[in-house]
Amino acid sequence: MTTVRAAAGRLFGGGSATVFALLVCVFVVILFLNPSFFEPPSLMAFVKKAAPLVVLAVGQYLVIVCGELDLSVGSLVGAQVVIAAAVIDGQESMTLPTLLLMLAFGVLVGLVNGLVVTVLKVHSLIATLGMMLVLYGAIRLWTGGAPTGALSDGFRQAGREGIDMPVLRQLPWALLIAAAVVVAAVVLMRKPFGRTLITAGDNEKAATFSGVKVWRVRTIAFVMSAVLATLAGVLIGGYAGVTAQVGQGLEFTAITAVVLGGVVLGGGRGTVLAAMAGALTVEALFTLFNQLSLPSTIRPTVQGVIIIAAVAWAARERAKPRPFLTAEPPVQPPVQPQPQS
Amino acid sequence: MTTSTRPRSRGASIRHSRRQLGSTELVYLALVGVLVIGAVLVATTGGNLFGQANLVDMLTRSSLLGFVALGQTFVILCGSLDLSVGYVMALCSLIGATTMAGDPAKVPLGIIAVLVVAAGIGLLNGLIVAVLKVNPFIATLGVGLIIKGYLDTNYKGPAGDVPASFQAFGYTRIGFLPLSTAVMLAAVVLGILYLRRSRTGYHMFAVGGSMEVARLSGIRTGRVLVMAHVLCAVAAGVAGLLIAARFGTGSALVYSSGYDLDSIAAVVLGGTLLMGGRGGIAGTLGGVLILAVLDTVFNILQVDPFFKDVLRGVVIIAAVAIYARRQIDRKASRPRFDGGSPPGPPTPTPDSPVPVQQGVSR
Repeated sequence: MTTVRAAAGRLFGGGSATVFALLVCVFVVILFLNPSFFEPPSLMAFVKKAAPLVVLAVGQYLVIVCGELDLSVGSLVGAQVVIAAAVIDGQESMTLPTLLLMLAFGVLVGLVNGLVVTVLKVHSLIATLGMMLVLYGAIRLWTGGAPTGALSDGFRQAGREGIDMPVLRQLPWALLIAAAVVVAAVVLMRKPFGRTLITAGDNEKAATFSGVKVWRVRTIAFVMSAVLATLAGVLIGGYAGVTAQVGQGLEFTAITAVVLGGVVLGGGRGTVLAAMAGALTVEALFTLFNQLSLPSTIRPTVQGVIIIAAVAWAARERAKPRPFLTAEPPVQPPVQPQPQS
Repeated sequence: MTTSTRPRSRGASIRHSRRQLGSTELVYLALVGVLVIGAVLVATTGGNLFGQANLVDMLTRSSLLGFVALGQTFVILCGSLDLSVGYVMALCSLIGATTMAGDPAKVPLGIIAVLVVAAGIGLLNGLIVAVLKVNPFIATLGVGLIIKGYLDTNYKGPAGDVPASFQAFGYTRIGFLPLSTAVMLAAVVLGILYLRRSRTGYHMFAVGGSMEVARLSGIRTGRVLVMAHVLCAVAAGVAGLLIAARFGTGSALVYSSGYDLDSIAAVVLGGTLLMGGRGGIAGTLGGVLILAVLDTVFNILQVDPFFKDVLRGVVIIAAVAIYARRQIDRKASRPRFDGGSPPGPPTPTPDSPVPVQQGVSR
């Protein structure tokens, strides 16, 4: 019983309940408007569309929870898709080498981000903003403004195909990949590394004094964010193909999703599952706007209102059970010193 | 003080005097450096960076970003952030142009309408941040999105008509100094005076330094935050008016020009800490001028526009990395565990937060 309550507390505490409630609300409204949305095929289509954002949100979560911010993911997604198209150029045999190249590029970008933030002590907003400008410019400089080449069918498998099944008709690879990423992240956050990550975001000084190499933890978080952005690039490239606009504004959507999940900008609070729910909520909102056939121009307004309202509500929830200068709220499990493995 | 600690503290004071160069001075040194390098590069192609046309180009470029960055400085000093400035600019250019509607008599009305709307948006931003406790990043992004939706729905293209008398604001020049830049410089001076001479100005440093400490010392932190956001939005509104004056109409597409992130980059380039509490408007002006000089030099050298983005990114990161280095040095040199002698008041440096006692004691 207590474990159930503790688990529920971990999941819904700290303002994260808002996002789950909002997610359910949005789905209920969609259900009323269009019951056929919940038939497996269209649900799977929704999942396929939402998977990249979930992957990005997990990456952004890792960076945000240790107290930083990654604005470069949007342009990194764009860069990876353009690189993939140019290098593969329609040849099936180039798929695997290209994936490795993209992975290496992602790691490099993450490493640069992380080291600029941790070693050069540049605020992550500026560092990743600079990286965003550099990537954006470099890719267009390289391709001359318009992406060239084509993706191979093998490359596009992950984003658009799936395993054929009787009931669902098709179980998308994207769903499996996103689920695997989320599970891996949940496991990671329960490991010593995840605890250290949260500690570094919660109180950098305390973490340093207890022997955490904060710079290393944060750099790894940036690398993981960039690698996940690469993965999201593979999914988006597969799903939507190559255009010059791929990835534009995605960094803000990802940050919105994470913050909607009750993860606090500044670090130290929030769960992976809530971040995932935030990403799903954002995508569900877009779907809802489609169902309502809102004019596409008014969407940003609704989105803005909902984000502010949700975050304000979560901030209120968070502020409530926390009298000034008392022990940690029970929902936030204290960071245990982990046995060295 | 015992004799044993004296030599050490003298050593510390020597170290301090060597580091007396504040970050504002450093910004202007960097500006001079950029100007020299730019002038040399331009000279190799046979041009003159300080020719009339190029000077005008530089100053014209700096005026627009100058207004936005000026406002952004207040907000960042308070430890907040405003991502909605680009949308406010677009909205204000449209409101100004449509209110004026080609009638010179309606110019004052247009200006007032813009300032009121901008102040209202700033008030909204400030209240969401201060009262609802929404993270400023999300709050201003959300408000920006709201404005974006309104703009996209109601304005399909350029709208309104700015009378020639107001277009003069965009084009008149006094010698090589554009009128808009002169107005911007005047606003900068007012801003510096506001931060250095007014109570709310002092409080902004305190709030940015530590919200909790400021609150406990009796500052109404919420009001200060709201004030900073209002000033920021009004400055963005003036920038919107300037756009309307230059284009002759209002344009909704301004928001995609990246003024929000550019202004933050200029402020940080000017030595203001993104975490708040330290910095100033003089530095911001330096940051704006550096970006303007870079743009002009790139233009003269006909650098590929995409390569320009790359260079800009690298320059911004490099500059901020240099400041960050200095700030760490200064913190490390503070006599913290200094042999039992009580730490004296920190040596005042030009960019250190001003003491707040004056304001509180009233």
